[in-house]
Amino acid sequence: MAAPGTSWGRWPRASHRVHGLASRFDRLPDEASMLPFGNGRSYGDSCQNDGAALLNARQLDRFIAFDPATGVIELEAGVLLSEIIDLALPSGWFPPVTPGTRFVTVGGAIANDVHGKNHHRAGSFGNHVLAFTLRRSDGSTLRCSPSENSDWFAATIGGLGLTGLIVSATVQLKRVPGPWLRGDSQRFGNLREFFEIAAESERDWEYTVAWIDCSGVGRRLGRGHFIRGNHAVTPASARGPGSGTMTMPFTPPLSAVNALSLTAFNKLYYHRPSAVAQDALWHYRPFFYPLDSILEWNRMYGPRGFYQYQCVVPQDGAEAVLSEMLRQIGQSGLGSFLVVLKTFGTVASRGLLSFPRPGATLALDFPNRGAKTLALLESLDGLTRSVGGAVYPAKDARMSAASFQQYFPQWEAFSRYVDPKFSSSFWRRVTETAK
Amino acid sequence: MGATSAIAEATAREFAALGDALFLVGRNPDRLGAIADDLRLRGAPQAEIHVMDARSLTDYPALVDEATRRLGGLDTALIAHGTLTDQTAAQASSDLMLAEFQTNALSYMVLCTELGNRFEAQGRGSIAVISSVAGDRGRQSNYVYGSAKAAVTAFTSGLRQRLHPKGVHVLTIKPGFVDTPMTASFKKGPLWATPASVAKSIVKAVQRGKPVLYTPWFWWGIMQIIKNVPETIFRKLKL
Repeated sequence: MAAPGTSWGRWPRASHRVHGLASRFDRLPDEASMLPFGNGRSYGDSCQNDGAALLNARQLDRFIAFDPATGVIELEAGVLLSEIIDLALPSGWFPPVTPGTRFVTVGGAIANDVHGKNHHRAGSFGNHVLAFTLRRSDGSTLRCSPSENSDWFAATIGGLGLTGLIVSATVQLKRVPGPWLRGDSQRFGNLREFFEIAAESERDWEYTVAWIDCSGVGRRLGRGHFIRGNHAVTPASARGPGSGTMTMPFTPPLSAVNALSLTAFNKLYYHRPSAVAQDALWHYRPFFYPLDSILEWNRMYGPRGFYQYQCVVPQDGAEAVLSEMLRQIGQSGLGSFLVVLKTFGTVASRGLLSFPRPGATLALDFPNRGAKTLALLESLDGLTRSVGGAVYPAKDARMSAASFQQYFPQWEAFSRYVDPKFSSSFWRRVTETAK
Repeated sequence: MGATSAIAEATAREFAALGDALFLVGRNPDRLGAIADDLRLRGAPQAEIHVMDARSLTDYPALVDEATRRLGGLDTALIAHGTLTDQTAAQASSDLMLAEFQTNALSYMVLCTELGNRFEAQGRGSIAVISSVAGDRGRQSNYVYGSAKAAVTAFTSGLRQRLHPKGVHVLTIKPGFVDTPMTASFKKGPLWATPASVAKSIVKAVQRGKPVLYTPWFWWGIMQIIKNVPETIFRKLKL
């Protein structure tokens, strides 16, 4: 059981006073600086408030109402997406947007305006939030929706938990025929082919995503697999996967992820025969959450943890800038275990500080090797900045204040909504550092 | 009883998932209502609430009547209310010490008596009672709370012997460290358990008719050691 305050990247380290939240009717504790902490799936320091207080929002985990006729669910903000699935899927409802893990709280999904493989259709999580209640340190409680306190609604979606505590929320779930998905997966030889397949897939496929082989160099740069799927009626012969999980039982003294294991894994993964499938059938768990079956997989990076880097770049020129990023990563030898590439659609994000915007998004993770890793990530930031892209705060532990303020020029307008008694390590890092 | 406590709520979720009808007793009507709504969505066909202060020792006969009437019968009770006694304050004031004893020991003994007699008459039933590993040996850091729980442990042990031949099951539950809103500010280590895992072990122990449950299980071993340290040494320890 990870204590509140440890982020998913297991880096940086931070220490906190943790406050329990026994009930949604209680006032906030009397603290000068506090931050809600959900299930700790943010990668960097956006879920940390080093030296100050955390509110254990995961403890607000009650369902309030669910209408199986309309798919509208009201719940406390610490409920996990996995718990929504357990409750609502038997009656044919599924989270409208889901990130790559189902172990995130609804409050966290709102505060980071998370996205999933259906961004080109559905936008991000905030697009499906009908309303929420926000508790402020002055004792007030605001009900926020697109029509009520709409400025607070926009500031809190993607607002990194800084506008107050999201106490409860009402979400429109998505009608699905059952727990299965049908689709296909295919190899592509380079980024140009990726963009061609993405463009032709977006009309007919609800979920699309690609995995990139980061061992590919030269002509093979940017090769990978493209996976697409749609919810499907449960086939007569279908048997669900066991609910079994494994847990990474300990943290190895050194990162198990290194140049050798990365190259071998990526090559094998690219060439595995099952990478190409015409008419594939997946249960939702392996389709959406392949890593959730290994609990605490983040420990494999060793005691120094890892950095995650996720950027979005505009569609125009995306191929060139992403190629250059992959080239630099390949050259650095610092490799990335899982490289995920996905196109974002044009559904506008509702949050003032939301990350998703039209273009292509690339996500990578890097074992923490100190200065070398930081230098590579800063170089990637240079490329992202040069094309007017942005980096995802929920996954960041190191971007400079200058980068953040260029990626999110609306940050000053947003800062008016920050609760005077709320802060985070991330927020101090990207706003209090001299420009 | 004590339905808003983290362990009781987590246990109620397990019972709700099994399709059991529930009667929730606590002090705060808002919190009880929120928990009842949640339990109905999680599968309880009925989730009733009843507002009562556990320290009102004369209210228990009426409480058991009310629960029996509203559910149309009673087969299992979980007694889980209580306070985490502030040892420093309670050792400085006999009044406070007595109040803590009323909350954490006397109220348990009264409710166990009421339930025990009725379950005996109906010839079946299960009484699951939250005691604590703290009741296994008094320690300077929490002996007011610990001795109240020691009373609960001894009382339920005797009640179990009396009612066992009558078909009534009494379960003494001794949780170790549990990560609840009440203990949020404590430093957590590998000995800490979640309310959900404690709840699962409680439901299993009720179903199997187990007499005493240390949860998580390794507390049995820890307490064997602590109980067996000779008093001449124990009195010098800072536990």
